Amino acid sequence: MKGTYAVFRKEMSQYFVSPIAYVAAGVFLFLAGMFFQGILAEATEYSIRAAMQASQFGTPFQIDVPGEVMRGFFGVTGTILLFIIPMLTMGTYAEERRRGTMELLMTSPITDLDIVMGKYLAGLALFLIMLLPTMIQMVILFESSDPVPPWRLLVCGYLGITLLGGSLLAVGQFLSSLTESQIVASILTFATFLMLWVIDFVLRGGAGSVTGAVGQYLSILRHLNDFIRGVVDSSNLIYYASLIVLGLFLTMRSLDSMRWRRA
Amino acid sequence: MIEVDSLTKQYGAVRAVDQISFRVDKGEILGFLGPNGAGKTTTMRILTGFLPATSGTARVGGYDVFEKSLEVRKRIGYLPENPPIYPEMSVESYLDAVARLKQVPSERRKGRVDSAMEMARITEKRKELIKRLSRGYKQRVGLAQALVHDPEVIILDEPTVGLDPKQIIEVRNLIKSLAGNHTIILSTHILPEVSMTCDRVVIIHQGRIVANMPVDEGAQGKGGQVVVVELKPGAGGAQAARSLLERITGVRRVKLESPDGTGRIQARVECEPGRDLRSRVAGELVGQGHELLELRAARVSLEEIFLQVTAQEPQGAAATEAPATTEAQP
Repeated sequence: MKGTYAVFRKEMSQYFVSPIAYVAAGVFLFLAGMFFQGILAEATEYSIRAAMQASQFGTPFQIDVPGEVMRGFFGVTGTILLFIIPMLTMGTYAEERRRGTMELLMTSPITDLDIVMGKYLAGLALFLIMLLPTMIQMVILFESSDPVPPWRLLVCGYLGITLLGGSLLAVGQFLSSLTESQIVASILTFATFLMLWVIDFVLRGGAGSVTGAVGQYLSILRHLNDFIRGVVDSSNLIYYASLIVLGLFLTMRSLDSMRWRRA
Repeated sequence: MIEVDSLTKQYGAVRAVDQISFRVDKGEILGFLGPNGAGKTTTMRILTGFLPATSGTARVGGYDVFEKSLEVRKRIGYLPENPPIYPEMSVESYLDAVARLKQVPSERRKGRVDSAMEMARITEKRKELIKRLSRGYKQRVGLAQALVHDPEVIILDEPTVGLDPKQIIEVRNLIKSLAGNHTIILSTHILPEVSMTCDRVVIIHQGRIVANMPVDEGAQGKGGQVVVVELKPGAGGAQAARSLLERITGVRRVKLESPDGTGRIQARVECEPGRDLRSRVAGELVGQGHELLELRAARVSLEEIFLQVTAQEPQGAAATEAPATTEAQP
């Protein structure tokens, strides 16, 4: 536990002196802000049109603007993460290997699990810190909505985003442990995330086909949809949890093979 | 303190380390001497728990490096060939991070960081970013990193490579000052480094130990002289010459070789330290009717052994290429 914390602290202090973290967080917040603004504008426009129609035809006006904005925002945030997380994970192990500092970590009196967990938790902490400022948009949304939108949407949305980010971090850190080059690691990570994103499209098959179902199940953003709608479904929880555990497990194996196979 | 017993490391088809055994006593400085690719780094990496051995055992402070790796790692300070530094950190925050990784208890951490910086003489650079330091200072930060948890055993892989002569002297003095309280293994391919800093030397070549001796035995002055004589034996032949030489006081051992069929023999007469027996040897041989063809003094010195080893380097190079590239990787 102390070992995990030592690695965690080292990682955090490195994040805060490295430009990559700031650039990634800056780009993420910029994009998230842009999309929020766009979604809000569109939802507003749409609702105005709908309200006009409603008054014309005398039908009841039923558009949940804050709900639409939140759903749109979380959905788009999930997509942005596919492009931002590789920046956060690419150096995690690759850079340590290139610099020879992996040797320092692996000859310190800490276990491989300490190294993997320390690095993972630090990545997760950085991710959550990065996510935190998006709450500002949520505060604005909640402040200006009447009646206040259901909290459930907000909590589930952030839970889904956190799980998605956590999964991407675990997979990305594993891919970083395979190489000494940050570039190679980031290419591998982008490709893998893209694959996880579009796998339902690649494996679509006919209605009711097994490959289609598999593709749909593997598709990483599909599992976000239920969270965005305010539903916590155990199949989604299991999917993300499995990805996290798998990523961390493979990283452990990768560290172990560094010891056995090569320098 | 360190016991290595028939340690072997195989990389695929290549034996980087082949059945080596040696021990280092507490407080000793052991020099690991050998050409590049000899297996020095591999041996050190096994000792530090970075690499597992293929076979054989190694113990540090009584703990097996594989079975009780964490216990061993607590006791070892290790400076790899390239100092494992985080360039974007300041010296002090880097050492603090290492102290945490090395599980230094929080109440002692500040003090240990300070004294490691003092020992490595980088205290005045404590606030500087490591990337702004010169090569010599980076190396010292690496040294401080190996000392920060006050380990019983310090393992230094080529600690003076890439330093200028003044820095080399400083690092050597630092290493010497650490002896006594610490057991040290350092590797080098520079001979004088061993004679200047170490108590004991292990010469390693192509993964095997070719010599293991106290440095002062091998070093000039204290080492025993070897008189090499070439002669044509007279009456009684080679055996008579041998027993004649063995009777001379101060002679430890005589080795005879007859290199060709011409009847000439070469004798290596190993003498006790502090004696110059050249004229006695010459006098006795000539007095008994042996024909003396050549006589010269040599020493069983580190240098001799090391030169023998490195002279084979051209043929050896191909065989050691694979471990050499492995060594080069950080």
